[in-house]
Amino acid sequence: MAKFKKKGGKGTPEISTASLPDIIFMLLFFFMVTTTMREATLLVRVTPPQATEVQKLEKKSLVDFIYIGPPLRKAMGTESRIQLNDQFATDIKDVREFVELGRSQRDEAEKKLITISLKVNKETRMGIVTDVKQELREVGAFKINYSTAKKTIAKK
Amino acid sequence: MARPVNEINAGSMADIAFLLLIFFLVTTTMDVDTGITRKLPPPPTEDVEPSKVNNRNIFKVLVNKNDRLLLNGKPGDISMLKIMAKEFLQNGDLNNEFRPDDMPEKKEVDIPLLGGKIYITKGIISMKNDRGTSYNMYIQVQNELAAAIRELRDELSSDFFGMRFKQLTDRDKIKAIQKAVPVAVSEAEPEDIGGH
Repeated sequence: MAKFKKKGGKGTPEISTASLPDIIFMLLFFFMVTTTMREATLLVRVTPPQATEVQKLEKKSLVDFIYIGPPLRKAMGTESRIQLNDQFATDIKDVREFVELGRSQRDEAEKKLITISLKVNKETRMGIVTDVKQELREVGAFKINYSTAKKTIAKK
Repeated sequence: MARPVNEINAGSMADIAFLLLIFFLVTTTMDVDTGITRKLPPPPTEDVEPSKVNNRNIFKVLVNKNDRLLLNGKPGDISMLKIMAKEFLQNGDLNNEFRPDDMPEKKEVDIPLLGGKIYITKGIISMKNDRGTSYNMYIQVQNELAAAIRELRDELSSDFFGMRFKQLTDRDKIKAIQKAVPVAVSEAEPEDIGGH
């Protein structure tokens, strides 16, 4: 009978938490690999238009972003402005500097592969976009990408 | 004498890892960027005459400041654009140079993978927008034109290689299709028309 005697000490045994850090580290590495650093804090409101023929933007390290849209701060008016990195462009010529800066941060071999992604609010008028495109042409940044969201609903 | 080394308490390791994890969650983004990729033409040079293109080879798409479309001189709707662009850009019979007068001319190109010398259209879609056009409309027009070209490529690709253009993996085949159906969309030099 003594064989089946219950062992002493009722309370539940403590769960070992020794592997908890490992689990968290795994999560951490997962996020480090799958995400990219946020490029800039947005100062303008950008709701991209939708399109069906979208392509994925490859090689995010080779992409520079230009944001165009109405400022988030109401005090600055509702007219669309250009945002380069973390500040507003005061002049359209600032786009050139921005492109040059982007080039100087890359290796010689990568300079040709830089894509400029235009993140433009859908209500923005084309005038300002055309101006930016003309500047980009002047400095020889020909690869551009119009940022659009993918439209998933099929047409009737 | 050797003292027994105390084990370091690893209990807070999880907290440190958590902190790092939260830091990364906050500072990074996971969204995939998508968009329509285009190549800008080099800036025009003063002394080069703009190349003369026969009128029947151009399909004009104009967008005004009220987002209305003018397709080859007639008011049109965005829903017609893809069909009209497709009709205009199609190569038709690749082995025949003949074209009716209302269709763009053809030129001879040599693409071995598509059967050697073939005739492809010289048609170009010329797009022009006003400064007051909304960006959304501009993208919709670009999108419809891109869709027209994609469908033409798909058709050609399934005729020759039995699969859609996107599914092709052979670089030479991709090149061949791209050559036979180029992205023939040109944007007119911007002009200040006024009225916006």
